[in-house]
Amino acid sequence: MSELEYRKVDSIHGALMFLKGVGDVALGDRVQIRGKDGRRRNGQVIRTSRDVVLVQVFEGTDNLDLENTWVRFLDQPFELALSPDMLGRNFNGIGAPRDDRPPLVSSLRRNVNGSPVNPAARAYPREFIQTGISTIDGLNSLVRGQKLPVFSGSGLPHNRLAAQIVRQARLPGDSSNFVIVFAAMGVSYSDARFFEQEFESSGVLRNVVMFINLANDPPMERLILPRTALTAAEYLAYELDHHVLVVITDMTNYAEALREVATEKGDVPSRKGYPGYLYSDLAEIYERAGRLRDRHGSITMIPILSMPSDDITHPIPDLSGYITEGQIVLSRELHSKAVYPPVNVPPSLSRLMKDGIGKDDTREDHPRAASQLYASYTRALEARNLASIIGAEELSDRDRRYLDFANRFEEDFVRQGPDEERNIIETLDLAWELLSLLPPGELSRVSEEDLHKYHSWEEH
Amino acid sequence: MGKVLEVNGPIVTIQQPGIRNGDQVKIGRMNLIGEVIHIRAQDALVQVYESTESLHPGERVEGLGHPLTVELGPGLLGQIFDGVQRPLDKIMQLSGEHISRGLEVSALDRERVWHYLPDPEIVVGNRLRGGQVLGTVRETETIEHRVLAPPDCNGEIIEHAPEGDYNIEEIIVRLRLDHGPVESLRMYHDWPVRQPRPYRSRASSGLPLITGQRILDTFFPMLKGGKAAVPGPFGAGKTIVQQQIARWANADIVLYVGCGERGNELVEILQTFPELTDPYSGRSLMERTFLVANTSNMPVVAREASIYVGVTMAEYYRDQGYDVVMVADSTSRWAEALREVAGRLGQMPVEEGYPAYLASRLAAFYERAGNVNTLAGAQGSVSLIGAVSPPGGDFSEPVTSHTKEIIRTFWALSKPLADARHYPAVSWLESFTDYSERAAEWWSENVSPQWSLRRQQALSLLAEADELERIVNLVGPEALSSSQRWVLESSSLIKEAVLQQSALDPVDSYCSPDKQFQLLDLVLQYHRTGAELIDLGVPVEQLTELVFGGEIRRLKSTVSNDDLSPFQDYGNKIRQAFDLMRAEYHNHRGAAS
Repeated sequence: MSELEYRKVDSIHGALMFLKGVGDVALGDRVQIRGKDGRRRNGQVIRTSRDVVLVQVFEGTDNLDLENTWVRFLDQPFELALSPDMLGRNFNGIGAPRDDRPPLVSSLRRNVNGSPVNPAARAYPREFIQTGISTIDGLNSLVRGQKLPVFSGSGLPHNRLAAQIVRQARLPGDSSNFVIVFAAMGVSYSDARFFEQEFESSGVLRNVVMFINLANDPPMERLILPRTALTAAEYLAYELDHHVLVVITDMTNYAEALREVATEKGDVPSRKGYPGYLYSDLAEIYERAGRLRDRHGSITMIPILSMPSDDITHPIPDLSGYITEGQIVLSRELHSKAVYPPVNVPPSLSRLMKDGIGKDDTREDHPRAASQLYASYTRALEARNLASIIGAEELSDRDRRYLDFANRFEEDFVRQGPDEERNIIETLDLAWELLSLLPPGELSRVSEEDLHKYHSWEEH
Repeated sequence: MGKVLEVNGPIVTIQQPGIRNGDQVKIGRMNLIGEVIHIRAQDALVQVYESTESLHPGERVEGLGHPLTVELGPGLLGQIFDGVQRPLDKIMQLSGEHISRGLEVSALDRERVWHYLPDPEIVVGNRLRGGQVLGTVRETETIEHRVLAPPDCNGEIIEHAPEGDYNIEEIIVRLRLDHGPVESLRMYHDWPVRQPRPYRSRASSGLPLITGQRILDTFFPMLKGGKAAVPGPFGAGKTIVQQQIARWANADIVLYVGCGERGNELVEILQTFPELTDPYSGRSLMERTFLVANTSNMPVVAREASIYVGVTMAEYYRDQGYDVVMVADSTSRWAEALREVAGRLGQMPVEEGYPAYLASRLAAFYERAGNVNTLAGAQGSVSLIGAVSPPGGDFSEPVTSHTKEIIRTFWALSKPLADARHYPAVSWLESFTDYSERAAEWWSENVSPQWSLRRQQALSLLAEADELERIVNLVGPEALSSSQRWVLESSSLIKEAVLQQSALDPVDSYCSPDKQFQLLDLVLQYHRTGAELIDLGVPVEQLTELVFGGEIRRLKSTVSNDDLSPFQDYGNKIRQAFDLMRAEYHNHRGAAS
């Protein structure tokens, strides 16, 4: 570690500091900054040449001046100390304790940026996780090692849903639970507190590592926080053999911080001012979920992101959707009808569902029943749409049946209590109860055997 | 020896007098590999294929004296390579589960021994032309690898190895080049990826590329040697469509390039393909498949290279006389890599930050598709199928709109269809193909002379139905006449019984051309006969109450490709039911009058 301290700040722009004449500094190196107030800040080299070095300061540059700012280059990348003692602890974005307990001491340290997983080393995720939530288990099943985000909007109950998933997620027939890594960026104190209480009341607190950056904490720290958290998750999963569930909230705040720095650096903007590399940058985070062939543990990731003005085509949800393995979309309309969880079924998707369900994993009719529910619900929404134009009285018998189906689907299948846990068989039985509202001729996605076994149609 | 001046993400400024544009360089203690992309009087800019973290100014730089090349020879099939052709399983042996930097691994196995059969025409004293077949080895059970002379060597053969077992480093042919020196040829040679491999001439367009997907083959066919794009927002099923093509296309070789996409998708291919059977050869699909993987978390510059690495390997098999399909998922990520590099270079952005040369680079890439007469005198083809990931599903964005002008087949994926789990979510309104006439010749010769007609009828029925649905959404279904409502019924039957095709259904995942036609023919027959009855005055409700709808919708998964006779039986059953109805109706009317 270099002991040299420089006082050669040439200029300061937002969270960026330009230094001149500091010698050859490596890209990505960790930097410590001390201002006149004596407070120590952390930074990272984000561009380096023989003349000028550009440093990004995680705590921001307020109160720093050009004359009285000392900078020390630590000659090492950003690393996180790792030990089993991290469970039950609470850290900030750079891995310093937030819980008034001493910092972690460990000889094991890892670069928070990680390095890309070799695709040839991955195992394909295929173990069904039961969350007890019908719209997820039945229609958008989660599997171990998947990254499945929740696309939400301001004021929607995404936190409650995430907490419910954390509380209820398990493999069917398996009592061992998950270890949880909770990463919060730019969330309000009450949101962070909500999760803490949830972890506490469900008795999992000893199995949780929290990395928290509140709304009033330095925004630049959000750039490194998910990487720190995932480094901890990788350690827990691949070295301590835990099955890790990572909840990251809110990815939108992360992207905003990235945009802020990119603008200051003068990067060419692509859409809505976000830099062109937003996709690759998000992928570096999301792709750290998964399973490895020769390791026991796994990393399942549930990122939460709020869609600005509920717009799913906004760059943040849009690019996320291209990287993650599906998405659970929440609906303001259902929320205002007081349906919890307000999962908007048509745009929701789980890409890895197909290999985690069916005969050996859940039940043989599951894939077809799910597909049929989707098809029928979409058809039913058309009927509802038509009813809003011509009035429900004018609908044909067939459309009226669909209208009834839509209402029952939302009331009975989508809606459930925040503490209600339905196992997958209950969810599937419920699905057939609803499909039995429709005549067999309308059900082309299921097989004859399914109809025979599960469908109970009576002409009304 | 040069040195590093500046590090700005993947772009490194170096001082290295005499370096040429395009040359490869090795940088620093970590031996990072990069490529010179810009030369100025004092310095040069290098794009580095690996992360430049911890690199600092002053580190050494070494020019390698050649541009980015790939190794072409036996042993490519069944492999998975990274964006600069390093085999990922070798990397795993060296650096474990995570890819560390500065690894040097050659693409082809030096140890592996192949049984070489010399070509009888390559005998001492004969002339050898560049690109000629020297001999063959059996690369996999399905594919005979034709060992090619490098395209640029011409001369007189002075030695040719006899049949026997050799590794790729052993010399198999010596020749005296036209300008004097003696050249030794091995079973592999290198080729620079940014330079298209030469061929004798372009051949006329090929036969249809059959993918076993009804919406693609019957409605928007593409030809071998053609170029196609699959654009769609996330969740519309681009990857499944691409994977289905990789599985079932009637090509000799399939190359899947995962460019900036999910790691798990490639794992899925690696794990499922060896167990799947090629419907044409009856052997494992992996024997004809290989992959290039630069997943989204791998360095962005190698992503730019991966497309060229892929297409050069595809051309190599084309030059052996094979029909090759290269599927690239996704070209948008490749374009974004271009954008990122351009941005770091401070090049003027034009649309959405993309550089001005986006359109020409895209066009040059797709131009490497084609059906050619090879230097060896055979015919081979490269078909390019690129996925496009438009932000927000907006097809007017630069990558989609430029691609649309270049390609000849456009399989547009639609979000509303995907939301209704109508897969493949290929939109019949927005998709197009320029190859339908050429494809019609093949279908009419090999399947049925009626093919063009049926296809046209189905497309117009779908278009008419879309028009009618707009009316229904305004004023309700009561405003439609009986025959119009029958059109709606039939179109929904076409959508559900013909267009929808589940990749997961073991029977329906691959649909043979004959089954495609007979299924469509049956549905259209149902429509026509029904329409005749309606013209006679039979109310539409009476027709929709027949149970046939549900059964026809299930036929695709109950009738197998091997036995299509149920279609005939079913057709007869429908005819009888309708005849009965017609007779009853006549009697009824007769009685009433």
